[in-house]
Amino acid sequence: GAPLRLPLRTGSGPVLLLLLLLLVSVGSAIHDAVSGTNGTNVDPHHQSNSSGTKKPFPVLSFNYDHVRMPFEISLWILLALLMKLGFHIIPRVSHVVPESCLLIVVGLLVGGFIKAIGEEAPILDSKLFFLYLLPPIILDAGYFLPIRAFTENMGTILVFAVVGTLWNSFFIGGMMYGVCQIESAQLGAVDLLSCLHFGCIISAVDPVAVLAVFEEIHIHELLYILVFGESLLNDAVTVVLYHLFEEFSHAGTVTVGDAFLGVICFFVVSLGGIMVGAIYGLLGAFTSRFTSHTRVIEPLFVFLYSYMAYLSAEVFHLSGIMSLIACGVMMRPYVEANISHKSYTTIKYFLKMWSSVSETLIFIFLGVSTVAGPHAWNWTFVIFTVIICLVSRVLGVIGLTYVINKFRIVKLTKKDQFIVAYGGLRGAIAFSLGFLLTNSQVKHMFLTAIITVIFFTVFVQGMTIRPLVELLAVKRKKESKRSINEEIHTQFLDHLLTGIEGICGHYGHHHWKDKLNRFNKTYVKRWLIAGDRSTEPQLISFYNKLEMKQAIMLVESGSGAKLPTTVSAISMQNVQPKEAPRQRVIPTISKSREQEIRKILRANLQNTRQRLRSYSRHDLMIDPFEDNMSEIRFRRQKVEMQRRMSHYLTVPANRQETPPVRKVCFEPEHQVYNYDAIAIESPRGRDSRPTPSSPNDVSLLNESPQKPNQSSTTRAAGDVELRVKTEDEQEEQDQLKLSRCLSDPGPNQEGEGGSSFRS
Amino acid sequence: MGALQSAPGQPEYTDLAEKTGCPRFSPCVFSVSFEQIAVLHKRFKQLSHNEETLRRDHFEKIPDLACNPIRAQIIGAFFDKRNYRQNGEGSVEEIGFEEFLVVMSHFRPPSMHFTEEQREGIRREKLRFLFNMHDTDNDGTITLEEYRHVVEELLSRSGALGKETAKSIADAAMLEVASISMGHMEPDEFYEGITFEHFLKLLDGFEIESKMNIRFLNMDTATMCK
Repeated sequence: GAPLRLPLRTGSGPVLLLLLLLLVSVGSAIHDAVSGTNGTNVDPHHQSNSSGTKKPFPVLSFNYDHVRMPFEISLWILLALLMKLGFHIIPRVSHVVPESCLLIVVGLLVGGFIKAIGEEAPILDSKLFFLYLLPPIILDAGYFLPIRAFTENMGTILVFAVVGTLWNSFFIGGMMYGVCQIESAQLGAVDLLSCLHFGCIISAVDPVAVLAVFEEIHIHELLYILVFGESLLNDAVTVVLYHLFEEFSHAGTVTVGDAFLGVICFFVVSLGGIMVGAIYGLLGAFTSRFTSHTRVIEPLFVFLYSYMAYLSAEVFHLSGIMSLIACGVMMRPYVEANISHKSYTTIKYFLKMWSSVSETLIFIFLGVSTVAGPHAWNWTFVIFTVIICLVSRVLGVIGLTYVINKFRIVKLTKKDQFIVAYGGLRGAIAFSLGFLLTNSQVKHMFLTAIITVIFFTVFVQGMTIRPLVELLAVKRKKESKRSINEEIHTQFLDHLLTGIEGICGHYGHHHWKDKLNRFNKTYVKRWLIAGDRSTEPQLISFYNKLEMKQAIMLVESGSGAKLPTTVSAISMQNVQPKEAPRQRVIPTISKSREQEIRKILRANLQNTRQRLRSYSRHDLMIDPFEDNMSEIRFRRQKVEMQRRMSHYLTVPANRQETPPVRKVCFEPEHQVYNYDAIAIESPRGRDSRPTPSSPNDVSLLNESPQKPNQSSTTRAAGDVELRVKTEDEQEEQDQLKLSRCLSDPGPNQEGEGGSSFRS
Repeated sequence: MGALQSAPGQPEYTDLAEKTGCPRFSPCVFSVSFEQIAVLHKRFKQLSHNEETLRRDHFEKIPDLACNPIRAQIIGAFFDKRNYRQNGEGSVEEIGFEEFLVVMSHFRPPSMHFTEEQREGIRREKLRFLFNMHDTDNDGTITLEEYRHVVEELLSRSGALGKETAKSIADAAMLEVASISMGHMEPDEFYEGITFEHFLKLLDGFEIESKMNIRFLNMDTATMCK
C-alpha cells in the first residue's frame, strides 16, 4: 500500500518501537514475577478460608497466570503488526529496504532488549514454525498460484527444483567437507555425512523469503513463477534428503540399496503428498457444492480442508507443502464457482491476512533467535559456506538452463538466468531444519552458518535485487487488467493450437490440455459444481465476473465520481450498426398490462421500506438504503447510474432466470438501493410525463435473482420486470435503457399519484 | 513445386525453405528447417492419402478436429489465399504441399537471436493470421457481426445460453476495442470495425510471439538466409 505521508510524524516509528519493546519486556517481567510465586498460587475461584482468619474480600485481584499463554501470543502478534504499520509510515525506508530485512532488524533489537534485561528470549521453535506459521503462507501462495504460467513452465520448474536442489546439496556438502579437511580450521570433527546433511539443509530455496522479496519488485510473471515454483517443489527433495541423511548418520554406513530406497522414497514423498492434497481438495470442492444455505461458514471449509491436507501429509512424512499446494490448486476452480462473492472476498482477505502475520512473525522470530541461540562462530566455515552457496547456485542455474533451453520454446535469456540465480534466497525453513538437528556437537556451528547465509541472502541479495532489476531493465509485471478481448483470444488461441496440433498429428502440450479440459467439463464439473454453473463455459464466467466487478466499481464510485476514462466517451451507439429510422426504444405495452404493473408497483413501493428481514446473528444482512439520503441526491444518483450502467451492462434477461443458487448478487456494499423505473410509457408518447410538482422518484433496480425469503410482492415486481424485459428482446438489448421517472405515489399521496396515471 | 528465384551465392535450398522463411514485409532470418519440412511432407502425404493436393474434406476427416469449436475457421485458414504470403485474396478449393507448409510456418517460434525489429515482424505476421481468420469477408476490417460470429463459435458448445451471452460478450469486446483505438467519439460517429492496426494495438500486450507456437516446429533451426 502507499505509505502514508505524515510529515509531522516521522518520529512516530521509533516511538512505536520503543513503546512495544516496553510492552514486551513488561510482559516477560510479569511472567517472571508470576512464575516466581507460582508455588503458592491457588486457583482464585477456590480461595479457601480454612485457615480461620477472615481475609477481607478482594475487590481487585491479580492473576496473570490464567491468561499467560494467549496474552503473550497476542502481544507478539501485536508487536509484529505494529512494526509493519510503522514501516509504512516512514516512507523513505520502505522504498530502499525490503520489509523482511526491517523485520529481522526489529527482531534483533527485541531479542537484544530481552536479553539485556536478563530474560530468556523465545526462539523460533520448529514445531511452532512448521505447524502454525508456515501453512498460511503456503496456502495463500498455492490458492492464488497462476495456474496457466505454472503448468506451462512445469518442466523447467521441476528440473530446477529437483535436479538443482540435488546438485546444490551435494556440491555444498562435498565442498564443505573439503573445507573441513583444511588443517588450520580445526574442523576435523565434522564428517562427510554431517556435511552432506548440512548441505541439504542450506541448499533449498525458501518460499517465504522469495515471496517476501519478489512481491515488492513486481517482476515479470515468468521469472516469478520459476523461482517461486522452484521454492515450493523443492520441499519434497529437501524432506527426503533430510530424513535420508538423518537415518544414515544414525546407521553409520550407507549402501547402494539405501540410496536406491532413497530415490523411491522421493517419489513416494512427492507423489504421495500431491495425492493427499488432491483428495482433500476434491473433498473440499464437493462440500462447497452444498453450502448454498450456510454461506457464513464457507471460507472455513477451504481453510480447514487445506490445513488437514497439510497435517495429514506431515503424519506420513510426506511433503506437506506439496500437499497444501495440490489441495489449493485442486479446490479452487470448483469452490469459486460455488461460493458467494462475499465468501470469496473473505477467503482472499483472510488468507492474505494470515500469511502476512505469519511472515512478519517469522522474520521477527528469526531476528530474536539469532540473538538468543548459542552460537559457535568459526570464521572459515561460515565464510566458505556463504561463498560456496553462491557459487553452487550460479553454476547450477547456468548448467541447468543450458540443458533446459533445448526444450523450451521461449528460451531463458542471460538476464533471466541472473534473476533466477540471484533470487535463490534462503530463509526460515533452513533455520528450522537446522534447529531440528540432533547432533549438538556441530549443531551450533551449523546453525550459525545457516543464520549467516540467511542474513546474507535476505539482506544483501534482498536489498540489491530491486536496483539490479531496474538496472538490467528486466521485464516488469504487466499492470493492465485482463480484458475481455484478451480472454477471447486466449481461448481462441488454445483451440487454434489444439487444432493445428491435430492437423500435424503431433500430440503435444495443447492436445493433452484440451483432453483434460474436456474430461473436466464432462465429468468432474458435474459432480463438484452446484446447479447451472457446472455447464458454464469459462468465457462466460470470466465475462460475468468482469461485469460484476464493473458494476460494483460503478456503484462504489458513487455520485459524480470519476469514471474510468477509457470508456467514458464511447457508448454502444457508436458501435452498433446504424439502422434506418430509429424506432422508439420503449416497447408498447397493452393498457391493461400497464395498469397491472402500476398497481403492483404502488403496492410494492409501500412495502420496500419495511423490507427488513428478521435479525439473526448468523445471517448476512443486507440493509436496504434508508431515509438518510435526500430525495434529490437520490434522484441524481439514479440518473447517473442509469446512464453509466447502460454503457457497460449488456446483461441479457435470460441470465436472471437462473436458479437462486447463482450468487451473482448485484446488491452493492454501499446499500444504494436504487429502484429502477420500469420503462413504461403510454402509447401516446410523452404525454404522461409526471407532473413537475411531485417528482418523487423512486425506481426499482432489481437485477439480481430474487432471494428465497423476500416478500412475495417484491418477487412479483421482479417478475414483472422480467416480463417487460423479455419484450425488449426484440429490440436491440444493448441500446440505451431510457427510463422515465415515475412519480412515487407514496403512502400519503395515494390519491394524487393514482390520478396522474389515468391514461 | 513452383520455381522461385534463388538468391545468388546461396547453396541449394529447396524453394520451399526459402519461401516459408521470407515474408515480403520483414527481413527473414530463418525458416523451417529441412527436418521439419520432411516431417510435414510425410504428414501431408498421410492426410491426402498420397494424392498431390489436399481438399477440405481431407481436413474434415481428421478425428482430432471433430470436437474443436473453431474447426471451420481453422480449415478455412488453410484455404485462404491471404495466408500464402503472396498478397492474394479469396479462397481456393485445394492446396498443395507448398501452401500447406506456408500456413504451418506461421506457427514457428521466434529465435532467441532475433532483434526487436524481427520479433515485431514475427508478431505482425502471427496477428495477421489471426486477423484473417476473423475477417471472413476480406474487407480489411472485423465488423461487429464477424466478431459476434467468432464468439458464438467459441461458445458453440454451450447451447442456447451461449448464443445470447455471445452477443453481449462480443458487444462488450467491441466497445473495448473502440475505446482503446478511438479514445473519444461523438455520439453520432460510428465505429466501422476493427482494422488491422487497431487489432495490433489491442493485442499489444498479449505476447503472441511466445504463445502462438507449435512445439515441434521448435527444433534448433539452422539459419538459412542471411
